[in-house]
Amino acid sequence: MTDDPALSGLSGAIVHDEIVPARAPWLHHVAAGQTLRIVDVEGNQAVDFLIYAGADDAERYSAQDTVAAQGNLFLRTGTVLLSNEGNPMMTITGSAVDYHDTIGGACSCESNTLRYGHHTKSQHACVENFLEANLWEGRGKRDMVPNINFFMNVPVEDDGTLGIVDGISAPGLTVDLRAEMDVIVVVSNCPQINNPCNAFNPTPVRMIVTA
Amino acid sequence: MSANLADPKAARDHARAQGGTRVEAMPTLPPAADDLPDGVSPDDLLWEETIAPGGYASRRIARGTRLRLIDTGGDACASLNIFNAELPTERLNVADTVKVQWNAYLGAGKLLLGDMGRVLATIIADDAETHDAFCGTSNAATNAAKYGEGRNSGAFPNGRDRLILGAAKHGLTRRDVHPCVNLFKGTKIEADGAITPVIGPFAPGRSVILRAEMDVIVVLANCPHVRDPRAEWHSTPLRITAWRGPVTSEDDPSRNAAPEATRAFLNVEDYYRR
Repeated sequence: MTDDPALSGLSGAIVHDEIVPARAPWLHHVAAGQTLRIVDVEGNQAVDFLIYAGADDAERYSAQDTVAAQGNLFLRTGTVLLSNEGNPMMTITGSAVDYHDTIGGACSCESNTLRYGHHTKSQHACVENFLEANLWEGRGKRDMVPNINFFMNVPVEDDGTLGIVDGISAPGLTVDLRAEMDVIVVVSNCPQINNPCNAFNPTPVRMIVTA
Repeated sequence: MSANLADPKAARDHARAQGGTRVEAMPTLPPAADDLPDGVSPDDLLWEETIAPGGYASRRIARGTRLRLIDTGGDACASLNIFNAELPTERLNVADTVKVQWNAYLGAGKLLLGDMGRVLATIIADDAETHDAFCGTSNAATNAAKYGEGRNSGAFPNGRDRLILGAAKHGLTRRDVHPCVNLFKGTKIEADGAITPVIGPFAPGRSVILRAEMDVIVVLANCPHVRDPRAEWHSTPLRITAWRGPVTSEDDPSRNAAPEATRAFLNVEDYYRR
């Protein structure tokens, strides 16, 4: 195992190690103090990511609180991911990619009709994954807020023009998150095929939790 | 209070004597406004209210309603949540709002999109041009850190708890209060992602007019912007006026300004095809 480059730099015992197939949802409870590593196995795979507080899932990740507190839209090493009540949920303790997105939200069948046309309505989408995974634990549509997109690149130009553009990730690159409280992580391994977020080819990602 | 209010009749007289009092921050019933735009009949007035500094309001308004907000004192910050009144699990989605329109900034002609591929409201007039879709509003923790406290019952209420109260009066809960947009207080995004607050204070009287594109519940909180650089708590009243108006026509410029906009209106029109 020590030869596995995906484990490089991790300390502590591995308590979970799972491949999330392309296009699939994933849900996992991460205890305070544990570290979650996401591995972009094949490169340029957007990982849509939500966090709920284990003790009270009405408290959840807030993109707005997070970017307002740090005064910057981009999530980088050192970013503290805050809840809607201002509490630290997870900290990005390491990232092999310069920055990650949290303004682009999740693709949905419905927003795909706006962005690409009604011919895309039947395609699988991140909101479908988020709904499915949240419903496993009794959460529903009202619990789904704008998320993080790890390994996704959304620059904002001077005139405000923004968009999902070619990724800046590569095969094997990782991001590490330390849980600052007991959290429920809900992921959509993004199935989008109409923009460059997955290089038009959704691929698996790997989730490693250490304690 | 020196009056003897030991018996219910005296208490009743005392309470009734307060009727008719006018203060700046209050609703006017029936609604009255002497500054309606040309062509708007006073008979179509629906809502006239001034929200206090640190205050909030929420109301259900019908498709086609025009909602005018005026920053009467130059230091209002209108944090806004919008829900489909018929099915409030459909609500404003700030990510879809900026992503679908390929632009970070709100202004005249921009749509406020929900999470079901439909437009909840359109900004049809805007002479403020300093708005914010990124920072959200303050919460108990940020106000406690900045102002010492942030309770609803205190002197420095926070925006999130105000939005929660406003939403709760329509049966909604903490779970339902999602990211908001801020009108009148702005942000500029720099090339490296840095957020530059554009807080003013500004000239009094700037206004924004929204048009409801669906039957919606609007929830407004008027608390200082969460990135207000001033150490002191600054907020001035926020005036709201709403009047009836026609449903957006197929030749409306904002409906046809971009293919994404047209499809958002097509989805609304499809929703109401019943």
